[in-house]
Amino acid sequence: MELNQLTAHELLEKLKAQQTTPEAILDSLYARIQKIEPQVKAYVRGQACLPSTSSQADLPSVGDRHACPLRGLPITIKDNICTEGLPTECCSKILQGFRPPYDATVIDKLKKSGAVIFPLKANMDEFAFGSSTENSYFGPTRNPWNLDYVPGGSSGGSAAAVASDEAIWALGSDTGGSIRQPASFCGVVGLKPTYGRVSRFGLIAFASSLDQIGPITKDVQDAAILTGLISGYDPGDSTSVNQDVPDYTKSLTGDIKNLKIGIPKEYFIAGMDEEVKTIIQEAVNKLKDLGALANSVSLPHTEYAVPVYYIIATAEASSNLARFDGVQYGYRASSDNLIQMYKLTRAQGFGQEAKRRIILGTFVLSHGYYDAYYLRALKVRTLIKQDFDKVFGEFDCIVAPTSPTSAFKIGERAQDPLSMYLSDIYTISANLAGIPAISIPCGFTKKGLPVGLQIMAKPFNEAMLFRVAHTFEQNTDWHKFKTKL
Amino acid sequence: MSIDKETIRHVAHLARIELQPNELEKLFGELHEILGFIDKLSILNVEQIKPTSHILPISNVLREDELHVSLNSDKALENAPSKKGNFFSVPKIIE
Repeated sequence: MELNQLTAHELLEKLKAQQTTPEAILDSLYARIQKIEPQVKAYVRGQACLPSTSSQADLPSVGDRHACPLRGLPITIKDNICTEGLPTECCSKILQGFRPPYDATVIDKLKKSGAVIFPLKANMDEFAFGSSTENSYFGPTRNPWNLDYVPGGSSGGSAAAVASDEAIWALGSDTGGSIRQPASFCGVVGLKPTYGRVSRFGLIAFASSLDQIGPITKDVQDAAILTGLISGYDPGDSTSVNQDVPDYTKSLTGDIKNLKIGIPKEYFIAGMDEEVKTIIQEAVNKLKDLGALANSVSLPHTEYAVPVYYIIATAEASSNLARFDGVQYGYRASSDNLIQMYKLTRAQGFGQEAKRRIILGTFVLSHGYYDAYYLRALKVRTLIKQDFDKVFGEFDCIVAPTSPTSAFKIGERAQDPLSMYLSDIYTISANLAGIPAISIPCGFTKKGLPVGLQIMAKPFNEAMLFRVAHTFEQNTDWHKFKTKL
Repeated sequence: MSIDKETIRHVAHLARIELQPNELEKLFGELHEILGFIDKLSILNVEQIKPTSHILPISNVLREDELHVSLNSDKALENAPSKKGNFFSVPKIIE
């Protein structure tokens, strides 16, 4: 196997034993990207912007690298996480050319752990608005399992890069499923941590009460390592929680005997792909074979999650995106009149989906509609959270599909916003309730497209997710399959 | 409840987005469909339910009133589309 095909923990072993170097790992990634990036398009502006050799990269000195846990291992970063001096454009025209003057807290933590920030940023839907990565100003990313299909979104570039070995591991962000759904579509592991677990400082905000940064990796052990490194309290984010970060690798015990697993009956509804349903049922049977106790549970307000989300998320987005006005950074349209300059800058700088969401969000917050839409959505959010509280009173975790279908074709849903929104129907609730959730590979459709299994747990119980996910993974082979690229 | 074109025009103005006539037509159809879907929330009785604007039981997070290092103005202005001296520059506001 080439170095770029290995997991992070395998490479860390090799680095520790001095069997390889960060330069050699970077060179293997560069070679892979030169070869397949023209087809996959996982990175913003692609292979053209790649340094010719690793010597130009910002590598830690040999003395430093043995003192740090990551030893110079590269990591790929989604284009909405600020990296000092490295373009961070949210895949939007309105932020074109933006080079942040500071690092996001997660980047700061990773650098201090000895990581090399990969010089290309991962593609995404503009401002993370989407479920297919088709809304990127830089053009769509393709699913490495079948190039006619979407990789999911919005962290589609991160997921496709990891799945195609164009990255060792990556960071994404998840507001309504943007880590888990692309992880599911690309056959990799993706975790949305508990709200407040990971600092959002330096993550370009979409919906501040829902956003979380999380790992996209080749296996569960890598996800456990990366989550541990980026978690923790940060004075820069007043919603980060001051709670100890456990060593998540200690939860990889391989033992799930007598764990109580709830299977939400509302997640197996009409509209769900029959093949996906069968694959999920087989995965649940596997967990039972491994000693878990599975029972049907009810999350009665599930059907309201998508409408609640599209009120709350667009309302928060409309407020967060007010800062893009052509004054401090990014694109500016020319006009002699200030108001007209704002309006033209935003008309020309935002894509269609961004405009749709800003206008919908402004509408649900506007005078005369606030009570009927926004306030009502906040109340239903309470009901959705209570559903989870009730189930977690009796069960250790919830197991469900990540998405109702496997990847869909490029262009298939691009003209129909509502059908696109419904592909997040199983992931949105975890953001609304603030709970952690992971997607892991659990099978393939007859067409050869991956299917993801979602596991959800109580707030701050990521350890439970890693324990169940790792046990399933170690007793199956789904994470070992590679794309044909 | 639904939305008419005049309301979309007004909301777009509030959001400082200039809409082309064809964009307005398209948005009207799309928002009509999305709001129709969202309206399913109206069948729930939520009178006695408290709203959740934020999932964590924390509020009014304050820090000590101490000096910290912040971005200097050169760095803060690095990405400005237009600047004059130590300031962001914009079209004239007062006639």
